[in-house]
Amino acid sequence: MLHTINKSPFETTTFETCIRFLISADPILLIEDGVYAVQAGNKFSSSIETILKTNPVYALQPDLSARGITAITDGVQCIDYDGFVGLVEEHQVNSWF
Amino acid sequence: MKIGILLKEGPYNHQASDTAFKFAEAAIAKGHTVDAVFLYNDGVTNVTKLMDPPQDDRNISARWSELSQKHGVEILACIAASKRRGINDDVLVQGTAITGLGTLTDIAIRNDRLVTFGD
Amino acid sequence: MENENINKIMHVLRHAPHGTIYTYEGLEMILIMAAYEQDLSVVFIGDGVYALKKSQDTSGIGMKGFAKTFMALDGYDVEKLYVDKLSLEERGLTEDDLVVDVEVLDSATIGSLMKEQDVIIHH
Repeated sequence: MLHTINKSPFETTTFETCIRFLISADPILLIEDGVYAVQAGNKFSSSIETILKTNPVYALQPDLSARGITAITDGVQCIDYDGFVGLVEEHQVNSWF
Repeated sequence: MKIGILLKEGPYNHQASDTAFKFAEAAIAKGHTVDAVFLYNDGVTNVTKLMDPPQDDRNISARWSELSQKHGVEILACIAASKRRGINDDVLVQGTAITGLGTLTDIAIRNDRLVTFGD
Repeated sequence: MENENINKIMHVLRHAPHGTIYTYEGLEMILIMAAYEQDLSVVFIGDGVYALKKSQDTSGIGMKGFAKTFMALDGYDVEKLYVDKLSLEERGLTEDDLVVDVEVLDSATIGSLMKEQDVIIHH
């Protein structure tokens, strides 16, 4: 199951709610304002690092670029829309917003 | 792979429509079939031809219309959601149609994936 | 999949009932899908649990109330109604505050149910 999150974790509880239902090894993809979660050195960095021990975390590069986010928490993988489609090939999708 | 898309937000207010479009383009470029884009909630306002954004901005309804005509993607607005929001056959862009929620159920069943974009 | 003609479709209601239309239109979608004999479930998470609260009276806000419609879901063979335990507790609510019988489940159980689905739609 691929979980996508499109909300800034500073704005809503969507990020923390999604994480609560996460099953080990299932990937998370941050899109739109969701990508603010992976900016290095922010309030959610330690949470991202904990998640990375059990689950892969991806962020949509065009959304990072659009928002001027260049420093990313270590271990987060940046992908483009092609990579998004690749994850959808592998998993059913649970879109959180 | 056959993919259905459910789009639950209108144009411009949210990025959902843009992300859905980019995703659909990327899926088609990878050789997948995007079977249908079903528009629900405010999503039905994606396909009105009354849309007239500034020249330097993307025209979201024209873009969905082109996707439909170039790649055979069905672009379908929910009838109940459309009626609430003043969308009818007279205002639809070419290549789009109004249909019932039963069609969304068919789309969910007949495709390998249903990917939702909303806010 | 046990039966290839039957899909597991989960609807996740996460918004309070009247401030936005998401829950109401979500319920309309659930009622139509119920006619297609798929394996439907409905999960209430976050403010979605408020949709089930007893004693809602919308007469003063000019909107149609729909809490009672959830009571009709059973008649459409939608029997899998799940409520997130933490969401209920955080809001100071118990099962007695809700208009219908539901199964209150913990996060891990709901997470496992999500993992089994063919389709998940958040409203």
